[in-house]
Amino acid sequence: MQGTINRALAPITKQQGTAALSKLTAAIFTAMAVFAGSAHSAGNDTSSVNMSPGVTAVGQSIFDLHMIILWICVVIGVAVFAVMFYSIIYHRKSRGVVPAQFHESTKVEIAWTVVPFLILIGMAVPATSTLLEIYDFEDAEMDILVTGYQWKWKYEYLNEDGDNVTFFSNLQTPQSEIYNSADKNENYLLEVDEPVVIPVNTKVRFLVTANDVIHAWWVPELAVKKDAVPGFINETWTLAEEEGIYRGQCAELCGKDHGFMPIVVKVVSQEEYADWLGDKQEEAAQVRELMAQTFTMDELMARGKEVYDRACLACHGANGEGGVGNAIAGSAVATGELGQHLNIGINGVAGSAMQAFGGQINDVEMAAVITYQRNAFGNNMGDMVQPIDVFNYKKG
Amino acid sequence: MAHGPAKGISRWLFTTNHKDIGTMYLWFSFAMFILGGAFAMIIRAELFQPGMQLVEPAFFNQMTTLHGLVMVFGAIMPSFVGLANWLIPMMIGAPDMALPRMNNWSFWILPPAFLMLASTLFMEGGAPAFGWTFYAPLSTTYAAPSVTFFIFAIHILGLSSIMGSINIIATVMNMRAPGMSYMKMPLFVWTWLITAFLLVAVMPVLAGAVTMMLMDIHFGTSFFSAAGGGDPVLFQHIFWFFGHPEVYIIILPAFGVVSQIIPAFSRKPLFGYDSMVYATAAIAFLSFIVWAHHMYTVGMPVAGELFFMYATMLIAVPTGVKVFNWVSTMWRGALSFETPMLFCLGFLVLFTIGGFTGLMLSIAPADFQYHDSYFVVAHFHYVMVAGAVFSMSAAVYYWLPKWCGKMYNETMGKTHFWISFVGFNITFFPQHFVGLAGMPRRIPDYALQFADFNMMSSIGAFIYGGSQILFLYNVVATIVAGKPVSDEKVWDGAEGLEWTVATPAPYHTFEVPPTIDPEHAHS
Repeated sequence: MQGTINRALAPITKQQGTAALSKLTAAIFTAMAVFAGSAHSAGNDTSSVNMSPGVTAVGQSIFDLHMIILWICVVIGVAVFAVMFYSIIYHRKSRGVVPAQFHESTKVEIAWTVVPFLILIGMAVPATSTLLEIYDFEDAEMDILVTGYQWKWKYEYLNEDGDNVTFFSNLQTPQSEIYNSADKNENYLLEVDEPVVIPVNTKVRFLVTANDVIHAWWVPELAVKKDAVPGFINETWTLAEEEGIYRGQCAELCGKDHGFMPIVVKVVSQEEYADWLGDKQEEAAQVRELMAQTFTMDELMARGKEVYDRACLACHGANGEGGVGNAIAGSAVATGELGQHLNIGINGVAGSAMQAFGGQINDVEMAAVITYQRNAFGNNMGDMVQPIDVFNYKKG
Repeated sequence: MAHGPAKGISRWLFTTNHKDIGTMYLWFSFAMFILGGAFAMIIRAELFQPGMQLVEPAFFNQMTTLHGLVMVFGAIMPSFVGLANWLIPMMIGAPDMALPRMNNWSFWILPPAFLMLASTLFMEGGAPAFGWTFYAPLSTTYAAPSVTFFIFAIHILGLSSIMGSINIIATVMNMRAPGMSYMKMPLFVWTWLITAFLLVAVMPVLAGAVTMMLMDIHFGTSFFSAAGGGDPVLFQHIFWFFGHPEVYIIILPAFGVVSQIIPAFSRKPLFGYDSMVYATAAIAFLSFIVWAHHMYTVGMPVAGELFFMYATMLIAVPTGVKVFNWVSTMWRGALSFETPMLFCLGFLVLFTIGGFTGLMLSIAPADFQYHDSYFVVAHFHYVMVAGAVFSMSAAVYYWLPKWCGKMYNETMGKTHFWISFVGFNITFFPQHFVGLAGMPRRIPDYALQFADFNMMSSIGAFIYGGSQILFLYNVVATIVAGKPVSDEKVWDGAEGLEWTVATPAPYHTFEVPPTIDPEHAHS
């Protein structure tokens, strides 16, 4: 997994403080080195000042394209600035020069219209072929449906036999690191509880959509960025040639927690992938079994706390005291009629930040978290919800 | 007897004088520049280090939104309108704008609009937090209630822009002094004429977009909701059909300013006047057919991607012509480097860099990686700040002595330039790197590998922001206690009708139209 991304992270020390100031000069020199010297072959630190070619053939074409244009721009820039600075140095009034009075030359003006046009054609040719390559969705060996939610990703592996694996992928960085009360680990803000797993050397097609607002699914090293638009399905694909862990982030402003919506893709061998898929399917079977069980209050409370901390805490507060969302402690919902509480948990509240969690967490988790909300934070309602109740409620 | 300005506050409230209105626009836009800058300082302070320190993510988004809106609509656009008011009548030998009462109105509706926009900060749910591009459905279904005030504010400032543009078109077309043919007009007048047409064409499109939003939010329509048969991507098409020409609305008057100042300090006529005019018109035309290059990742058919890519790349040709012409103007001139010239040279270098990154962004496959990253943030700040704001600073230093009859402090002006130039580059150059390395824009917190460059950016931003205080001080000090100038032609290389009137420019100029020497080239 020690792909380029980790090399990019290598020079990171724990915290910056004033240390960064001393790095400022070093950073400028690194930057200059990159633009002056060979950008990629140097490897190592340069990936943090330049685009990474990533681990796909398309990524390599994009990188090459990027470098070609960059160098063309550098050459033109040097030429233009050289003429300009020559004038600044040698044609200054203080040197006593007498200004020339010419003010046009049709020949020169035609030349500098036509030549740039030819250069543009030179750029357009490789750009077109790369674009056509990116748009070639044929022959994908597997499909994954990616759905953007405020603020997490849902992945659904679409199998022909209909036995789909589905899960949500949430930010794993704890609030304590975000609010600076704990040291930040090396993958700060770039880690999730459940990464997407795909096999190496396999053309994977991603169908991208969204549940609420527009998001964008971006993994630089896999050369993929596609907008997730609610109501529409976009397609994109990747073919990773190296195993490893590749990290990305949501790239379209999607509300409050836009900055906290990482993407982690784990590229593994074919065998590992088959094992992982098998485990996932087994897990799903277990959940189905759990659905039929009846839990004790203690079991529900323990499970419920876990679910609450993962899914509810960010808005409703660690002690149910509220925040972006309403308070749970002593609330009319959590101490009111059970059906109404279930309804809000499952269907959300339209037009508010309270999402419909019915599709995001399973019935066992829903039963547990509702029970937890009704009995924790001093609510002490004493009632319990079983998975079957949730199931029945959903059925109407 | 000459008729002077009214006394007291009524002079400003009821004035129909182009110079008074120009002055008000300039001061208003500077106030907005400081406000928008303050928002930027909050953004950069929060991004100084990884982790959340000063503000909450929701407030951070409000800051990015208001920063963009206030800078584009409050600072840059009105500043150039102010410049147009002051200079266009004087440059074409007209006594005033063609529609002076409308002129008063188009200024005075602006402050209430921005007051309303700023007041959303104190409303329940906070100010708009959906970015200055306000993509639906984040800005419709999921917006704070203050979005209605935002929509109203957009309508008002659109109205103001349209009235201002009509005024400029009417003035330029009808009030040129006898003998001043179109191809004799100063380039600043030309660029503004073209800009005004762009404004008249696209501001109604923006008004349409926000009206559709209003309908979606309050009247149950579904223009931008797929669930009701609409299309969220339609919003982006409409927005950018306005938004892309808007970019040129911001930059064309800047081209005009630079085309006046570089010849003056090169003591040589502008090179390629005709091709400058044609290039400006070509850029304006192209600006209408490239809007979707902001949307390469939205899911377009490949034929669409190719069309927008080729069309966008083409803009490099006329833009290149302009840069080459400016450089050729300097070639074999007799250059001196007073503050206005320094700002123009800064413009030339930095805008060219912004143009290059623009060319890079036009390449669709590469844009897939650049899009919505800090690379884009760096690109458009090189164009907008180094392009519009630097040229605006140049304009103020260049014409200030004519406006108020006093000379600014040259040392302080040069200091302002150098601090701005250095601060600007420390701020925005590193953003290219974090963007290429994968940092998305509009995030309140970032991964550790982006920490060093973000800290540099923030330090640069404070330097650049601080330098504007020096600017304000210098301008105020000039007006209050500057060294009086009485020479009509303040700069020895300056050309144009505005330099033929007395210094300071009298309240009324050209009550009798000046005569244009038919042999004399444009100026």
